[in-house]
Amino acid sequence: MTRTLTFAKAINEALFQAMLTDDSVICYGLGVPDPKGVFGTTLGLQERFGENRVFDMPASENAMTGVAIGASLNGIRPVMTHQRVDFFLLAMDQLVNNAAKWHYMFGGRSSVPITIRLIIGRGWGQGPTHSQNLQAWFAHIPGLKVVMPATPTDAKGLLLSSIFDDNPVIFLEHRWLYNFEGEVPENDFRIPIGEAELLKTGGDISIVSFSYMTVEALHAVEFLETNGISCELINLRSIKPIDWEMIFNSVRKTGRLLSLDTGPESGSIAGEIIARVSSNCFDALKQAPRRLTLPDIPTPTSVALTKVFYKRAEDIADVAGSMLEKDFDTNSLQAQRKFPHDVPGDWFKGPF
Amino acid sequence: MKQPGAVGNILESAQNKGLKEIQPKTAIELLRCMRLIRFVEETIANRYSEQKMRCPTHLSIGQEAVAAGVCLSLNRDDQVFGTHRSHAHYIAKGGDIKAMIAEIYGRATGCSSGKGGSMHLVDLSVGFMGSTSIVGNTIPVGVGAAMANRLHKNDKICCVFFGDAVIEEGVFHESVNFAVLKKLPVLFVCENNLYSVYSPLQVRQPEGREIWKFATAYGMLSDHGDGNDALEVSEKTRAALRHIHRGDGPYFLEFATYRWREHCGPNFDNDIGYRTENEYLLWKKRDPIALLKEQLLGQGVINQADIEAMERTTQAEVAEAFDFAESSPFPNPEETFKGLYRE
Repeated sequence: MTRTLTFAKAINEALFQAMLTDDSVICYGLGVPDPKGVFGTTLGLQERFGENRVFDMPASENAMTGVAIGASLNGIRPVMTHQRVDFFLLAMDQLVNNAAKWHYMFGGRSSVPITIRLIIGRGWGQGPTHSQNLQAWFAHIPGLKVVMPATPTDAKGLLLSSIFDDNPVIFLEHRWLYNFEGEVPENDFRIPIGEAELLKTGGDISIVSFSYMTVEALHAVEFLETNGISCELINLRSIKPIDWEMIFNSVRKTGRLLSLDTGPESGSIAGEIIARVSSNCFDALKQAPRRLTLPDIPTPTSVALTKVFYKRAEDIADVAGSMLEKDFDTNSLQAQRKFPHDVPGDWFKGPF
Repeated sequence: MKQPGAVGNILESAQNKGLKEIQPKTAIELLRCMRLIRFVEETIANRYSEQKMRCPTHLSIGQEAVAAGVCLSLNRDDQVFGTHRSHAHYIAKGGDIKAMIAEIYGRATGCSSGKGGSMHLVDLSVGFMGSTSIVGNTIPVGVGAAMANRLHKNDKICCVFFGDAVIEEGVFHESVNFAVLKKLPVLFVCENNLYSVYSPLQVRQPEGREIWKFATAYGMLSDHGDGNDALEVSEKTRAALRHIHRGDGPYFLEFATYRWREHCGPNFDNDIGYRTENEYLLWKKRDPIALLKEQLLGQGVINQADIEAMERTTQAEVAEAFDFAESSPFPNPEETFKGLYRE
């Protein structure tokens, strides 16, 4: 049975079901039990599971990551949440030197089953330190898994898999996805980490996407189809590990690759995908792969500056069109958005 | 020569210390443990130039009383987290010495299967949860392990060892704040040996700073003592453990001690200019093993023949561990690519 849930509610449901399934699951983070419950994702947990398993925490990101690691060594499965990715940067020692390496460096004698939920901000002047997309950083560290859901179904199925994975998982949630709705199964279901989703099959071009860019890609693909371009759309779901087989198979079929990324260009996941496709599918490529990313600059704050900073469906359509030597007017894509460019929809009124 | 901070005060009062009442069994165990640690580490030092132990190795010769006094006071299933300089903690907690030496030799039989080396030791069977090489890095891990023990409603205590530089790290303050907030069963043990690599306390912390007093500011009970007096370490540790077992939260202990050899490696380095030969000799006179041995002989708890027998058995144990390491196979090269994730 499925029913319509928002992305935020799907996260909330996954947390409930994980904690019901297994007493060793705990959940903490700044604001977890507060009245807003991290954009609604943690609402009701403390009331249901008590203060020992669900609690607020000191503003000590590094130590509290270490606390999660230590608890996990003694059989607990902590889910730690931060309201922004950026706040978590204080915890790199514990994440990189301990969580990522513990299993390997002690010869597999213990492991660190922790899930760290991080939220990526966008728009409404979030600016340089509230909207960083650092997934490539995390994916660069051997020993971590990095998950980036795009849909409510992804959010629930991947979060449950992350919590019950025996390894450290960075679970990156995009703020702009929280109010999107989708059909979500009621039961405890798991989407395997490392398996991508083929959202659409097509023959002219492979578009590889993840997280919020998948939403923009869906709009772009619909537009491209009406303009005679048949797109294959892959929603990666996790970027470490990556479902290379699905990407390679798609590119071998279409001969063209457009790789989308929510982060800055240099050292991006999109760049890694282009590198591997170029190495593994060179003969199949009809032209040079392209990527669409953020520019290599910090996020500006002013509404006047972010307009040209972020990439949207029309940018995807423009690049895909140019790859197929088609020139079309993408104004209709912009026109279908009836709200300002710095919010995900009418529902978003700020402040963060 | 007045030593800085609490260390100086401890040394002054140590001159006037009376003899303690000794529980013979505990005292002999302490001596045996310290002797074992020193034999192991002196053997490492003596054989390091053979180039078979191919990893950075930090010896704690001179500091054995803290490891022995603390770890022998713990229960077997209490849990210990260590540092880059943790051979002594591992051995004192009862860690498998063969597996430790094999680890330093990079062998498949090593306690971390050759993936960790001297700085990453583990023996879960005795509650030695892991030692890591980054300053302050196991403190929150120990606190988290204690939180789990609380959730499991068992009575295990987590003990975290660290050096004097750790209070310069933010993570120390974050961790003790949380441990006090949640009244977690953690014993924090600071081994103050006056140096962080070659940087003396004077360039790192203000004059007159007493580390153990820092801890009291967080609302935690704290004490300090002579880290070269194994009986004092043991006594103060047992008092701390009683407090923790009552559920009154964490406890902090600072012990003054001194490493005899270089920060990393087998040699002495009193000649290179960051500390003086005189300072080293001052501390060497307070050799924790000699101090305890004298007390035990003086009080007739043991005699010279007992000591010789102890020397023979510990030496044999160490020789066996080195033989084991040297005769163990190296891991297969394909092991390099295994064990990233738990499957």
